[in-house]
Amino acid sequence: MDMQVAKKKLGLKERYAVMTRGLDWQPSYQKMEDIYPYIAYEGIKIHDWDKWEDPFRLTMDAYWKYQAEKERKLYSVLDAYIQSNGHLNVTDARYLNTVKLFLSGISPLEYVAHRGFAHAGRQFPGPGPRVACLMQSLDEIRHAQTQIHAISNYNKYYNGMHDFHHAHDRVWFLSVPKSFFDDAITAGPFEFMVSIGFSFEYVLTNLLFVPFVSGAAYNGDMGTMTFGFSAQSDEARHMTLGLEVIKFILEQDPANVPIVQRWIDKWTWRGYRVLTLVAMMMDYMLPKRTMSWKEAWEVYFEENGGALFKDLARYGITMPKCAEQIALEKDHLSHQAWSTFYNYAAAANFHTWMPDEDEMAWLAAKYPNSFNKHYRPRYEFWREQAAKGNRFYNKTLPMLCQTCQIPMIFTEPGDPTKICYREVDYKGDKYHFCSDHCKEIFEHEPEKYVQAWLPVHQIYQGNCFPEGTDPTVEGFDPLAAVLKYYNVEHGRDNLDFDISEDKKNFAEWRGQATKNI
Amino acid sequence: MAVAAVSKYEFAPADSQDKFHGAQLLYIGWEDHLLFCAPFAFPFPPTMRFGDVVDGPMQAAFGYHPDYAQIDWAKVEWFKSGKPVAFDFDKSLAENGLKHKDVIRFRTPGLNGIKGSCS
Repeated sequence: MDMQVAKKKLGLKERYAVMTRGLDWQPSYQKMEDIYPYIAYEGIKIHDWDKWEDPFRLTMDAYWKYQAEKERKLYSVLDAYIQSNGHLNVTDARYLNTVKLFLSGISPLEYVAHRGFAHAGRQFPGPGPRVACLMQSLDEIRHAQTQIHAISNYNKYYNGMHDFHHAHDRVWFLSVPKSFFDDAITAGPFEFMVSIGFSFEYVLTNLLFVPFVSGAAYNGDMGTMTFGFSAQSDEARHMTLGLEVIKFILEQDPANVPIVQRWIDKWTWRGYRVLTLVAMMMDYMLPKRTMSWKEAWEVYFEENGGALFKDLARYGITMPKCAEQIALEKDHLSHQAWSTFYNYAAAANFHTWMPDEDEMAWLAAKYPNSFNKHYRPRYEFWREQAAKGNRFYNKTLPMLCQTCQIPMIFTEPGDPTKICYREVDYKGDKYHFCSDHCKEIFEHEPEKYVQAWLPVHQIYQGNCFPEGTDPTVEGFDPLAAVLKYYNVEHGRDNLDFDISEDKKNFAEWRGQATKNI
Repeated sequence: MAVAAVSKYEFAPADSQDKFHGAQLLYIGWEDHLLFCAPFAFPFPPTMRFGDVVDGPMQAAFGYHPDYAQIDWAKVEWFKSGKPVAFDFDKSLAENGLKHKDVIRFRTPGLNGIKGSCS
């Protein structure tokens, strides 16, 4: 009798080879450069795509099973959180502004990252990076979805979240994260991988996700915290991919080193400028603080990043030069950012406030070299004025940096009393910058950055009013028209937290949940 | 350096003067007064009198600060792109040599912000 011999199951390594590398083929009647048109123009030379190592050896079928399981767990926790009115357990309603910032500033970037990795993956001739990019592309769209789902619960109760994606494409300060990612996805596939895959996901991600997720945990936001834990294993894979990309490119050809170094310099700075929003979130927006921005920078960049760049030294890569300026700014960044949002509280989709006495003491303790001297007098003045019914709402539009698009709020390195002004003349026009680093980025590719959609200039060009608006009629109120264009409801989504519906409602609902009223 | 691109890469700048309906941009910063987080951007007709900029839009933008009312305009120091400059209040922006996207700053000696903190 013939024995039926069960087919031998493939080992993990063989399975990976068959399911990724084995899916590739050599084209015979189309030219490689026609199939992969974007692979050469950035100047990166790759000689052997098979040298790509995928440390995870994850195949598509395993990815699917694994992610489905994780999401089942995530959604059951979210359901429980929602059904038990978990939103009333956050520390206080000020915390929700962190969630608003995340939803309108970060979640749309997850979606753009999805597109970016899909594009980069399509362009790489090597099957290894192609599959890795495909998976990260799926991770990113899943993260966008799960974040939107996790936060949609808050939208039922609190203001400012109702049209986050519309806001992302229009609201003045959201042009900062938006233009950062637009810059990356309009670069070539290699620069995209260095910008997002390495500089953002590897070097800076701990300064984005850890503060938000641990901030959520510290402040009773189980929904966001659970999302964060669910995404963590993906983030670990993204970090590994980012590091692998860099090592692979650097090992392929010595001519790649200076190009990659320039990208690392550029994208560390670009990413750091976006993290300005995180800095102020950590120091001002979390009612229960986790650590200060300065401490986070020291741990996650100066210590961990320092070790990383030591490791990369053998390829000829050095610490980005901007690290020196960042070290000088770490005593000031969050305070300058919060002052900015306090100034422009009428034009944002979240609330701001002045820190109370305890919080000022915390800030003074965490920032002994800067807070009492430079920022406390300003805050005390604003607080006195608000108490007199004269809360400061800055209604004149600020000058912006052409590269990072942040208002020109940053001070000279080493002199926190003087705004840092830099400018360049290019083809008969002037361009202005917040720093030497933003100026250098412009000077390297002026053709790209002259196209920047700067919200302030767009407003003055008349491009940020609802359709049919006539700005020439008597009594025209530009701020009101711009808020309509943003779909931000004046008096509800904006202004000071103290007079907000969020504050009033939260107190009332929490009262119902905890007292017999 | 030129941008790396697969083909010709030429696009019009987004903020050329022709897009501002007859106005030109002027940026104005007040030194040592960081209560205003950044310099301001204004669209003004080039024919606007410099003194009218000071009395109108600048008063509206900076007037919240208690120092503003105390400014002695005869003693104010002006800078254009960081270099000392003098402006004739009776002449227009154009006659004062101000072009699209110029940045000017003013220093008010003796007035250094809230409690001298440069705020």
